Amino acid sequence: MATLKEDKSHEMGLHEEQLKGRTQQRFFSVDESENLTYFHSFDVDTSKSGTIDALDMTPREINREIRALMEKGIGDITVDNPMSRHGVGVGILNRLNLTFSDSLGYFGCGLIDGPNVHIKGRVGWSCAENMMAGTVVIDGNAGSTFGAAIRGGDLVCKGSVGARTGIDQKGGTIIVGGKTGAFSGFMMQRGRMIICGDAGMNLGDSMYDGTIYVGGEVEELGVDCVPGEMTELDIRYLTDKLALYGMKAPKGVEKMQKYVSGKQLWNYDNLEPSEKKLVL
Amino acid sequence: MCGIAGIIHKQAGKGANIGEQMTSMLQALKHRGPDSTGYAMYGEDNGNQIMRFKVAEAADLEGSYDIHAEIEGRLALIDSRLAELGVKVVKKESPTEYAHRYEIEFSGDMKKVADFVEDIEGVEILSIGNSLELIKDLGDAAIVSGQYGLDGFNGTHGIGHTRMATESDVDIRSAHPYWAYPFSDVAVVHNGQLTNYWTNRRALERKGHRFSSNCDSELIAVYIADRMNQGDDLETAMKDSVEYLDGVFTYLVATKDELGMAKDVMAAKPMVVYEGDDMIALASEEVAIRKLFDHHIETFDPYHGEVRVWQH
Repeated sequence: MATLKEDKSHEMGLHEEQLKGRTQQRFFSVDESENLTYFHSFDVDTSKSGTIDALDMTPREINREIRALMEKGIGDITVDNPMSRHGVGVGILNRLNLTFSDSLGYFGCGLIDGPNVHIKGRVGWSCAENMMAGTVVIDGNAGSTFGAAIRGGDLVCKGSVGARTGIDQKGGTIIVGGKTGAFSGFMMQRGRMIICGDAGMNLGDSMYDGTIYVGGEVEELGVDCVPGEMTELDIRYLTDKLALYGMKAPKGVEKMQKYVSGKQLWNYDNLEPSEKKLVL
Repeated sequence: MCGIAGIIHKQAGKGANIGEQMTSMLQALKHRGPDSTGYAMYGEDNGNQIMRFKVAEAADLEGSYDIHAEIEGRLALIDSRLAELGVKVVKKESPTEYAHRYEIEFSGDMKKVADFVEDIEGVEILSIGNSLELIKDLGDAAIVSGQYGLDGFNGTHGIGHTRMATESDVDIRSAHPYWAYPFSDVAVVHNGQLTNYWTNRRALERKGHRFSSNCDSELIAVYIADRMNQGDDLETAMKDSVEYLDGVFTYLVATKDELGMAKDVMAAKPMVVYEGDDMIALASEEVAIRKLFDHHIETFDPYHGEVRVWQH
């Protein structure tokens, strides 16, 4: 039987117990405290304020300017004249008070983790997509795919939103003051959605889990979305949550309807052919 | 992913520089499609018919053998055919070698004129109407506007399109807007894909309608024309089109005094609407509408299957 010559294999580097460099395992080691926070996150002081006039700036310049102010430790930033530009205020990974004095375009405030954003206008499609934490409050209307794949935090639109609100929602809360369009809560997996007004067709289509509250009329429920029972806890939660943003359900919180997943799509009804043989 | 935009001024009889307004809106939508840009704008009606046509593709000028003489020949043939039908040409303009604008006096059957002129090889009528000016060419809005001198165009309403070619070639033939042949002053721009194009195209062709390109958006123009031919008004035709057309779309239609928009039942394509007291502006993205305003405006997104028509 051939034996492995150990010295040779050591020479070849086959017995290295630990890989060199920063590996996944050592990422959150206590010794390396800088790894406990995100790369590119800043320690800011929210009592210091700064203003950006974005009238003649490109989206990239606006985002760089926000970053430059955060680097200086400024924690209360106002952006004037965003002029409905796309992709503004994205990728902010620390706490920050950010105010936009007018409307944003597509993908506004996407990929954020922590900041409190106030938009004194409307937003286009995919606002706050994949948001992790923090709050985004919009005074006007919002476009479609509002809060797509959101994982945490509160996303509030005081006006009406377009179609596919909270598509693939994985956590957090989406609050809509007015109407929402078709396919809201499509493939929702977790989290809560509070719609004060009406909801369009196919509400909660193919939702895995999570809760949708609707204050107005629902045009049509989607596949596997069923009415749920409102409990005392739901009413308390809704009252507190809406009060937080100075909002009200038009007919009162008690009249809101709750929708949850019917969980019929979790498994197939039909057996596989091999399973059928076993059962029969 | 095309960009569409429209604008309509509500005050009757009062025009504005929509040429400049449309260009700034379409230029802001350039990132949605840089291949070609088109305008359908409605100016003043001076009683004459305006016929815009092209006698060759822009690309023909480089590649085709003896194209310049060919173009001369085609133009001469058009003139002789128009004379034969008793059409009086009042004014001739040629913004480019291949695109021409005739102002004509004629009260007879316009379809007959269109068919007779289009029978000539390489000739396509872009539009006929009392106030419709349909301009389309390759390049972005600034290029097309400069080429055709649209900066000072005064009118009441207009629609426009920046194209990202997905379903057919990059040429003027497949560029938007489409004129709803043979109806005076009707034009369509579209953002999306139609999946039942061929079935419906064949059905409409059997009815005697003409398709000049392989672009799916032309189906909307022909369908609207077909319905108007049956006596329907624009809004009814558009409401039915939402069921008739399959796929994802948002489209705009303009007639002599109306501007309409329709959205598919999935609400898959964007549209932002601003409704003011004296004007209505709509575009695929708000960033285009904001080119017309330096202050905050209230806008909204129409919902699935929604049809809206505005009068001027």
